[in-house]
Amino acid sequence: MEMTTAGQASIRRRSGLVFKYLLLAVLAFVIIFPFILGLWTSFLPTTEIAKGSLQGHLSWQNYHDAFTQTPILRYLFNSLVISLIQMAAHLFFASIAAYAFVFLEFKYREQLFYVVLATMMLPFEAEVIPNFQTVRSLHLLDHYAVMVIPFLTSAFGIFMLRQAFKQIPWDLKEAADVDGLSHWQFYRQVALPYSKISLLTLAAYSFLGSWNQYLWPMLTTFSNRLRPVQDGLRQLHSEETATNWGLIQASAAIVVIPTLIVLFWGQRYFKSGLNEGSVK
Amino acid sequence: MISSLRPSKRRPQPQLTPETGSQVTAGIKNFELKRNDKYYAWLFLGPSLLVLSIFVFYPMLRTFYLSLFLTDNFGRPTVFVGFQNYVNLLATKSYLASLQATGIYVVGVATFTIIVGLLLAAVANQKIKGIEFFRTIFTSTMGVSVSVSAIFWLFMFNPSIGILNKLAVGLHLPVVNWLTDPHWAMVAVIMTSVWMHLGFTFLIFFGALQSVPKTLYDAADVAGTNSRYQFWHITLPMISPTLFFVAVITLISSFKSFGLIDLMTAGGPTNATNLLVYRVYRDAFVDGNYALASTESIVLAVIIALITLIQFKLLAKRVNY
Amino acid sequence: MGIELRGITKAYEHAAQPVLREVNAEIQDGELFVIVGPSGCGKSTLLRMIAGIIPITAGQLAIDGQVMNGVPPKDRKLSMVFQSYALYPFLDVAANVAFGLKARKMPVAEIKKRVTEALEMVNLTKYRARKPRELSGGQRQRVALARAIASDAKICLMDEPLSNLDAQLRVKMRAEIRELQRKLGLTLIYVTHDQTEAMTMADHVMVLNDQQVQQIDTPLDIYNHPANHFVAQFFGTPQINLLTVKAEQQATHELRVDSALKVVLKEPLALGTYTLGIRPNQLIATTVIGDTGNAQVINVETLGEQTIIEAILDSGVPVRIVQAGQVQIDIEQRIEVTAKGAAFIFDDHQQLIVEQGGITDDQLVTAK
Repeated sequence: MEMTTAGQASIRRRSGLVFKYLLLAVLAFVIIFPFILGLWTSFLPTTEIAKGSLQGHLSWQNYHDAFTQTPILRYLFNSLVISLIQMAAHLFFASIAAYAFVFLEFKYREQLFYVVLATMMLPFEAEVIPNFQTVRSLHLLDHYAVMVIPFLTSAFGIFMLRQAFKQIPWDLKEAADVDGLSHWQFYRQVALPYSKISLLTLAAYSFLGSWNQYLWPMLTTFSNRLRPVQDGLRQLHSEETATNWGLIQASAAIVVIPTLIVLFWGQRYFKSGLNEGSVK
Repeated sequence: MISSLRPSKRRPQPQLTPETGSQVTAGIKNFELKRNDKYYAWLFLGPSLLVLSIFVFYPMLRTFYLSLFLTDNFGRPTVFVGFQNYVNLLATKSYLASLQATGIYVVGVATFTIIVGLLLAAVANQKIKGIEFFRTIFTSTMGVSVSVSAIFWLFMFNPSIGILNKLAVGLHLPVVNWLTDPHWAMVAVIMTSVWMHLGFTFLIFFGALQSVPKTLYDAADVAGTNSRYQFWHITLPMISPTLFFVAVITLISSFKSFGLIDLMTAGGPTNATNLLVYRVYRDAFVDGNYALASTESIVLAVIIALITLIQFKLLAKRVNY
Repeated sequence: MGIELRGITKAYEHAAQPVLREVNAEIQDGELFVIVGPSGCGKSTLLRMIAGIIPITAGQLAIDGQVMNGVPPKDRKLSMVFQSYALYPFLDVAANVAFGLKARKMPVAEIKKRVTEALEMVNLTKYRARKPRELSGGQRQRVALARAIASDAKICLMDEPLSNLDAQLRVKMRAEIRELQRKLGLTLIYVTHDQTEAMTMADHVMVLNDQQVQQIDTPLDIYNHPANHFVAQFFGTPQINLLTVKAEQQATHELRVDSALKVVLKEPLALGTYTLGIRPNQLIATTVIGDTGNAQVINVETLGEQTIIEAILDSGVPVRIVQAGQVQIDIEQRIEVTAKGAAFIFDDHQQLIVEQGGITDDQLVTAK
């Protein structure tokens, strides 16, 4: 009798396992299908795609065309520059502001913090009209600066790093005071190293946020020389879709592959960060 | 040796209740104000406050100010009209239709993102071989930007060469004009948006599931519950703060879905997907009606601010259940 | 009847070594059976296999004569108390206790009755509407106990239930758990790393180390007849002295550490190297004048009712000596260390081969 129960249990476990893998495979297929289709068609001749066919001679032709006939590389470069600057600015300005909210004593500290917190509630999309007028009057239109200056700091970043800095034992600050470290030294030598994971998370968040900007660059940049990649694709799409699907798919693939690589490479670090946080 | 021979003075033993304990620490935490802190504070906070003032606070006030006027082609206020813009706006049929469309869109996106995201996380939260591979795939849409997503899906939605309609033909289902039929256009943008949100949502839910202590399930096993019972009575209550967090984040992000609409439908067909955020852009930068667009901006900002506020309030209350 | 473990082994696919090998034991109906060992010895793994939370790799588990391998935990009719208590933070005390009963679709009136009784038994009636986070550590512990009581299962498993409590509370809860176990007639399997808990609570103790059973016996028998080095060192505070000695003559009746410290044997020993185990209270330290004696004091701990002296023999080996009462002795004082006579002799495989007199008269030393 005991053998049958044990045997049944193992059969049930095995069929359960098959079901689990089946479910995983179906879900994974649904998630990844748009990528696969996009990648596949990016290797097909446009004439075949236009006929609705998903077969044909595979070649790098579309990629060759994208690199030579469109400013896609320039778009990528623009986005990279803008995103890196914005990321660095967020890390620096948000971290010193957060430092002030945690380690400095001054009047209205809590009130000011709530003011910063309040800005997280206000959607940028609802403020584009005056902002557009502001950058126009500053003659910043169609310039890298227009995509950097309004986003030099991040209320979210200040909030997040404030939480991180609050985890630093107050003893460390007192010990540093005894040793005579200045605020700048304590910031550089203790606060930043102590909050590495939060800083990395903010860096990723800021980079992706900037990379995915769409509305603001669309309003403020008009030339291919400065256009970041999201609006570059928008441009290509509006110019080429009707005629050249292969080229569009290849451009989309060129844009998505670097971010996917960054994501998969960074995921390990992101996960280890998560794990570190969950260790009891 | 000598000191121990003396009769020891008995120190009064303070009755340490939690209340007096906290009073004592509050007394100790009497920090001295340091003189140079003030200068450091302005140095450290200055840049952030400046940027936030110019590009967040001022424009909010300015937008509200503009919404009380009529404006010229350059967005300069001309005639003060008080709240007349708001009255007019809420009487505009197409605006009410936009409100409704936005409601359907954000609720649809949030609901399906949560359901599918949770399903992915639950399925990925098992210890079987190769699970890392699936987790990576489930996270992958996090690395896809809005324009790439839109292009991939536009191709699939294409009425003549798109895979979805070819599939429909193959299965003898009616062919759908995805982006030109008002109802299906909404379905199409919701589907695309859900797909885009899945990577992030999966990661958050997966983290939440992993942080539920394993012993809770062990205890429930011993207590004689099956896994479905455990999902409803342990997993869901345990991750409910995360569930709520994801709901709010997804709602807010959907209210701001500008790029997706711009690329896929441009608000059409016949305003079926003309969401609030897209309307603001159209009215301001296409039609040059800055007063109207400012009024619409304020409505959008109020809605989003309210949702965020509810989140802050509930988060503070529910953080420990 | 009771619980039988026959050759229970646990191994993981990717690990070279099994985490538990060939555990055999019989646990009597209604007894308190303690599994004790250092962390990583496999004791929690063993408990989880008995509960059915993790599968048994090899061997057989029988409860009341029925083989239970592969039977899901819910059908093993047992309850379990976890180290972390495994309380559901979103449920109040009463709902936590009722969780398993509700899951089994018990009638509402019956659930109510059992919850009330269980909470009464652990003195938590006043707190029934509180959430776990509003309770102290000891109270949470009681909720976990109440949950086990309410389940009405006759077998209860406890995994280090007291390790998150402070020392005073631990002593109190030890007695309470023991009393509950007797009152309810539970067969209780109790896992701990604390030898004091094992000594004071158990009817029988299983000592685990290095992934295998070292000894199973009553607490006193373990203390008085330790099977090997590990068991001898694990039980008793301060730790037993293990001194390497050579029997240099064939069939000798005397084992000497040095000229003063020696043990006389009733039966002769063969040539070879042995370990002499002498509990600290079986050594005597006598102060001497000048450079005579065989050891020098390096540390003295005066506990009031006893004094612990640490000294280094002239051969360089440290020893611990316990003297009853308060002894006036200075650090760096020369002393002569001698043995009262009670001792264990272990062979070169660390196994006990001879016991030498007077051991059963030992008082239990269970400080902390």
